[in-house]
Amino acid sequence: MKKKKWPEAWHEVNPGCIVFAPANAREYHTGSWKAQRPIWDDSKCIKCGICYIFCPEGCVTQQEDGTFRADLDYCKGCGICAHECWPGAITMIEEG
Amino acid sequence: MNIIENFDLYAPRLVDKKEYLCSGHRACQGCGEVLGLRLMCKALGPDVVIANATGCMEIISSMYPSTAWEVPWIHVAFENAAAVGSGVEAGLKALRRKGKIADRDVKVVGVAGDGGTMDIGLQALSGAMERGHDMLFVCLDNEAYMNTGIQRSSGTPMGASTTTSPAGKVSSGQKTWKKNVPEIMVAHGVSYVATACPSYPLDFINKVKKAMKVKGPSYIHCFTVCPTGWRSPSEMTIKLGRLVVETGIFPLYEVEDGKYRMTVEVDQLRPIEDYMKPQGRYRHLTPDQIEIIQDRVYQEYNKLQDKINGLHAWSDLQYEWGLFD
Amino acid sequence: MAKRVGMEVAIAAAEAVGMCDIDVAAVYPITPQSHIAEHLSEIVADGRTDAEFVTVESEHSAISCVAGASGTGARVYTATSSQGLMLMHEILPIVSAMRLPVVMGIANRAVSGPLNILNDHSDIMPQRDNGWIAMFTENGQETVDLTIQSFKIAEHPDVMLPCCVNIDGFQLTHMVEPIEFPDQKLVNKFLPPRKPYATLHPDKPVSMGTFAMSDIFPEVMKAKDEALKNSKKIILGIWDEWEKMFGRRYRPVETYCADDADVILLTMGSMGETAEIGINELRKKGISAGLVKLRLWRPFPFEELKQAVKKAKILVVTDRAVSFGGPGGPVASEVRAALYGEKERPLIYNQIIGLGGRDMAVSDFVAMVEDAVKSGEKGIIKDYEFYGVRG
Repeated sequence: MKKKKWPEAWHEVNPGCIVFAPANAREYHTGSWKAQRPIWDDSKCIKCGICYIFCPEGCVTQQEDGTFRADLDYCKGCGICAHECWPGAITMIEEG
Repeated sequence: MNIIENFDLYAPRLVDKKEYLCSGHRACQGCGEVLGLRLMCKALGPDVVIANATGCMEIISSMYPSTAWEVPWIHVAFENAAAVGSGVEAGLKALRRKGKIADRDVKVVGVAGDGGTMDIGLQALSGAMERGHDMLFVCLDNEAYMNTGIQRSSGTPMGASTTTSPAGKVSSGQKTWKKNVPEIMVAHGVSYVATACPSYPLDFINKVKKAMKVKGPSYIHCFTVCPTGWRSPSEMTIKLGRLVVETGIFPLYEVEDGKYRMTVEVDQLRPIEDYMKPQGRYRHLTPDQIEIIQDRVYQEYNKLQDKINGLHAWSDLQYEWGLFD
Repeated sequence: MAKRVGMEVAIAAAEAVGMCDIDVAAVYPITPQSHIAEHLSEIVADGRTDAEFVTVESEHSAISCVAGASGTGARVYTATSSQGLMLMHEILPIVSAMRLPVVMGIANRAVSGPLNILNDHSDIMPQRDNGWIAMFTENGQETVDLTIQSFKIAEHPDVMLPCCVNIDGFQLTHMVEPIEFPDQKLVNKFLPPRKPYATLHPDKPVSMGTFAMSDIFPEVMKAKDEALKNSKKIILGIWDEWEKMFGRRYRPVETYCADDADVILLTMGSMGETAEIGINELRKKGISAGLVKLRLWRPFPFEELKQAVKKAKILVVTDRAVSFGGPGGPVASEVRAALYGEKERPLIYNQIIGLGGRDMAVSDFVAMVEDAVKSGEKGIIKDYEFYGVRG
């Protein structure tokens, strides 16, 4: 069954269309927009965090070993991380 | 590569890991503006209320019934972010004074694009700054009305082609020079004014933190790259932000109580072609036209240097906002 | 203790606001402002009310500022008139859509051009469809009472809508009238502190003023319409409470000698008092005339209006504004629409009167009614007239 998209009826619209659930936009996965995805070569990674700081989606996070990954549910494939990665540890590959 | 540069490179790891503008927002691929917003929020932390003007950032972050915001946020209209912010500040101030809410500092931050700041929002901004509200106003300037379809604004630079200043057979795009709003804010006596760019994240974050500490109005003009509107490759967003600084087109400086200081020094300005080449909006410009723009860039840069060198003209007088409260 | 004083009505409106423990007021002295703003700033400056008084740089910023402040949970007030209200226009439907309980005093005056500044209703009529509760006062006492009530109505959890109190500019705002001010302790009891539905504070972050596309926008509009219609019930309840506490009764539609009247005159605003004397004169002349006064403009009191005019044969509706190129005056349009579905309905004659502050004497109201009676007898139907216009 299709998940109900709240609100549907007019009486389900809350006063003022105020959203009480902070950051619930996470439910919207923008990852489907991308035509290419970033791939990390951890052997080249110097763990500087440039990819993390420059990600417009805020979807690059540091893993326990200090290397980084993009959350592909949100990554739109802009290629900034690969372009900015100083040691060249990230490459963009075609989706699909 | 010297030590300082290395420090800049590794320091991103020291930045607050918490995201206050979550993934799932609907900005375009490689959007420099939303990156500016994300970094701004990291610098601000949780104790803020954001008053957002209508524009890309509002649309992409607040599709009812969802929100990308972790912090309290209000949007009313296009031209009034500064006025709404004034009201939020006044409301919080009164409620705190009267013991109706917790007695805790909450910074009000107005956010608007170049249109909402420099054109239609300039009056409300001027009023709010003049009245001395305890508010930081951040202009995320991507040099045109991107949300409505890339129309020119007073922030659009000379020669840039937009949908209302198109390059044609008898026209070469925007016919006017970019309005200098940071200077207008300095003229208001705003005690902290700065320019910034997300391509220099630590510089930007430090400036936001400095502005946060100001009791009274402060203003940050943040240059943000728009791959959609500028017809530039999305991966070039950060690079273009660096080039705009390295060419001297958009120098990064701050003005504290009237004292100018360059925060990112550029030893030798690069030619502006380096910055213009990857952008479709400048593709029609002839070498002669580029030269005219280049001359203007040098002139403006020298004017700014003069202000920085003229420091001795300033006394240590501090602006006392709220003196008569 | 309630006290009775002689006071200019605009000053009295500010005094009434001063009794309501507001947190923020924002006003701008557009041509023309009334004394409400100035006097309210004096009240704040003297510390009689602990509020932030924001002297904004435009009316557009005045309404934007109180909207922002209302978002924090503050009790807010602004006042304006004429061009100022027109400048606010863009923000008014946003305030109601965001369900912010802003209270606004409007000293109704003509809209330019030509520049005029005197009283009519051409400023409020373009704001009709903005989703605000709109009430009209007839005198100083009503101005004070409705202003205090407005905060309670607007902030009621089942309402949460902005509310404007319309006070005829000059003809009411600049008159000195005897006014009884209610006891502050009783006002405090009547109007407890605001309990906001949501507030802008990091302790519980919310997003206000979100974006809605066609998949939800019509539902949002329907919800707003229902909220405004539903507010009438709450307003009636609050008026009952007021009557119990302060002894003065308020209804959406007031009547004077209307129960048995063949011809009824309808007014909105301060001209009701002059019209009452006109009705007395008409009765003396043997004309079975009555008066209906519309106090509540939005939500429109359909039922009450139908009841009030159901026995009349002729209804003379006065308007203080023009819907140019349209059906005449906006009040008459509403009244016609309200009565259209009735099996028996009066003939409606629409008189557009008192534009730009043109005086209306008792004899004018008498003449209007007599003219309508004559036309009715001859079976002449008129759409609308500009009463007393030369030529």
